[in-house]
Amino acid sequence: MPNNAMTMIRQRVSWLLVAGVVALIFVSYGATPAVTTALLASTVRQSTPLVLGALSGIFCERSGVINIAIEGMMLMGAFVGFLANVYTGNLLVAVLAAVLMGAFMGLAHAFMSITLKMDQIISGTVLNILALELTGFFYQQGLTTQGKLTPVRIPVLADIPLIGPVLFDNPPITYLSLVLVVVVHILLFRTVWGLRTRAVGEHPKAADTVGIDVIRMRYINVIIGGMIAGLAGGYLTLEAVGSFERAMTNGRGFVALAVMIFGKWTPLGAWGAALLFGFANALQTQFQFLGISTIPHQFVGMLPYLLTIVVLAGFVGRARPPAAIGQPYEKE
Amino acid sequence: MADAKIANGAPPTRWQRFAQAITIPLLAVVLAMLVGAIIIVIAGANPLGGYTAMFRGALGTARGLVRTFEKATPLIFSGLAVAFAFKAGLFNIGAQGQLILGAIAAAYVGFAFEGLPPFVHLPLALAAGMLAGAIWGAIPGALKTFTGAHEVITTIMLNFVAINLTDYLANGPWKDRSPGNIVARTPAILPSAELPSIGVVPLGLLIAIGMAVLAWWVLANTTFGYEIRAVGLNPAAARYAGMSVGRTVIASMAISGLLAGLGGAVETLGIVGRYQPGFNTGLGFDGITIALLAQTSPLGVVPAALLFGVMRAGANQMQLYGVDAEIIGIVQGTMLLFVSAPIIIRKLFRLRAPEGGEEVVLSTGWGSSG
Repeated sequence: MPNNAMTMIRQRVSWLLVAGVVALIFVSYGATPAVTTALLASTVRQSTPLVLGALSGIFCERSGVINIAIEGMMLMGAFVGFLANVYTGNLLVAVLAAVLMGAFMGLAHAFMSITLKMDQIISGTVLNILALELTGFFYQQGLTTQGKLTPVRIPVLADIPLIGPVLFDNPPITYLSLVLVVVVHILLFRTVWGLRTRAVGEHPKAADTVGIDVIRMRYINVIIGGMIAGLAGGYLTLEAVGSFERAMTNGRGFVALAVMIFGKWTPLGAWGAALLFGFANALQTQFQFLGISTIPHQFVGMLPYLLTIVVLAGFVGRARPPAAIGQPYEKE
Repeated sequence: MADAKIANGAPPTRWQRFAQAITIPLLAVVLAMLVGAIIIVIAGANPLGGYTAMFRGALGTARGLVRTFEKATPLIFSGLAVAFAFKAGLFNIGAQGQLILGAIAAAYVGFAFEGLPPFVHLPLALAAGMLAGAIWGAIPGALKTFTGAHEVITTIMLNFVAINLTDYLANGPWKDRSPGNIVARTPAILPSAELPSIGVVPLGLLIAIGMAVLAWWVLANTTFGYEIRAVGLNPAAARYAGMSVGRTVIASMAISGLLAGLGGAVETLGIVGRYQPGFNTGLGFDGITIALLAQTSPLGVVPAALLFGVMRAGANQMQLYGVDAEIIGIVQGTMLLFVSAPIIIRKLFRLRAPEGGEEVVLSTGWGSSG
């Protein structure tokens, strides 16, 4: 069957791709170790908000709720985290504030799309626009912070060439995102909770018949999704930039959705996809660093967005979203 | 009254349907302004005075009125763009990108094509804006049809691409090279491409209203319009009935982009006089709120956009009065919330839900190509 052959090739292709990337990294490291290390380290950090955003999307969508409000959740998390840092000077409190704000946004999204049964894409758009307007209104210029989260070197491991500086010399939220990828994977595929979440997202009626509270499961998952998106926002203001700017999320919440789809709604897949996008971003900054000016910076700036479109166009048909996505649950 | 008749089984008359259609948006506007007033009070200012200053600034003088019309004109176009796509079940969040590409294309034709008479130059510049917007709108339509990529993500990504592209053009090949200019902008358009005003009414506003009527007429009275609505209500049924869903999706998105692009062109040729990045931010997002406030009716877009025009035009007076003008954004966001969650308003005012209205469902999942 040609179809089977195609699937075989496709499966092989993804492994070949991974092998090719690894080989390329080694060759590149052999040629210019410093640039390669900087590029990969930057890739990991740039992928942090995307992988967190994608995990947020996975929580919501696996339970059957579309979340296009990741952008707004991130923005609110970024803003509130920043304010908390300004007024308390305590970075831990600030991160918690960002996560809490995200939880509140998740609750709002859950209320609108689950209880009020609003169209979930409209509900997400409402939150995105409200987030943009609220942060714009309450933001005052000239607020300064006590600093931001700095890299924590993990002894011994950080001394391994290439892998050390790339993976074991990162700031806290980046570490946390890597841990979360594994935790969410286990939660989703190895626990009863995960099974129930997926059941609610695939076939809510069947889940209901076996005694799973569909509404409650969806609420909790969307709120957790909000918390993770809030953390992604916290990454922006508390770890990456150190201050807040209007609309600073710059579409990352939407790119994260493409990352989620590219990763086929799985945490590990999303991590791989996020690294690809992180690499596109890292390339952009490296270009500026190295002063490569033959390509106008606007074209390099388009890269992540074009990549998102290409990824969506190429993969959305092949990846299957949870079956009950977008439909409010009506108990009979 | 109205409700009783419906309960008796008689079909609602045109006026009853109209009254029903405008109840929710009107209440949404009133409630949102109330929420805004509460925030103004919390911020320590006087909401009544602030709103009065806003309305007086926007409508009280001839100059204010001109500003209101100028602000409302591109909003009518972006609102129409979003509303038109909605009818086909498509959510165009990319009106912003389509609009700025239309704006810069019109600016290019406006400054680069010398020696043309106005009756050739002006239509040519407008057409360039429409074409640029239509192409930018057709891309997500084609992507949806051929690959299944959801337009909500692709249109917003194309916004960022368009921002980068216009930024490059206004900084690079199309930059205003006149001595003393250091900012990113194109040269000023030639007088022959200028869109004139008739008294206090900009010609662009009349074009906008004309397009609203045309869009309404196409949707209500043509086969093509019927196909668009059929695809929006139920793509599977439309396909079963022999319609080409893919073609309708691409055409609807192209028209949606065309309307947004024309809005950008009208703004460039009639108000700004050149393309300058950042001059028209937020128009695309406001278009979403306006389209929903209009209940996706092309004719309803006009009053909704005029209301937004009043708010934008009166913002300065409000600021002078001592109320932070950014409150308008929150009021508009709250309007969007109330109008898209009509159930909140119905609960508050104990209204009955209308029966059997046309409702477009957007949340069909990421993988469906319609």
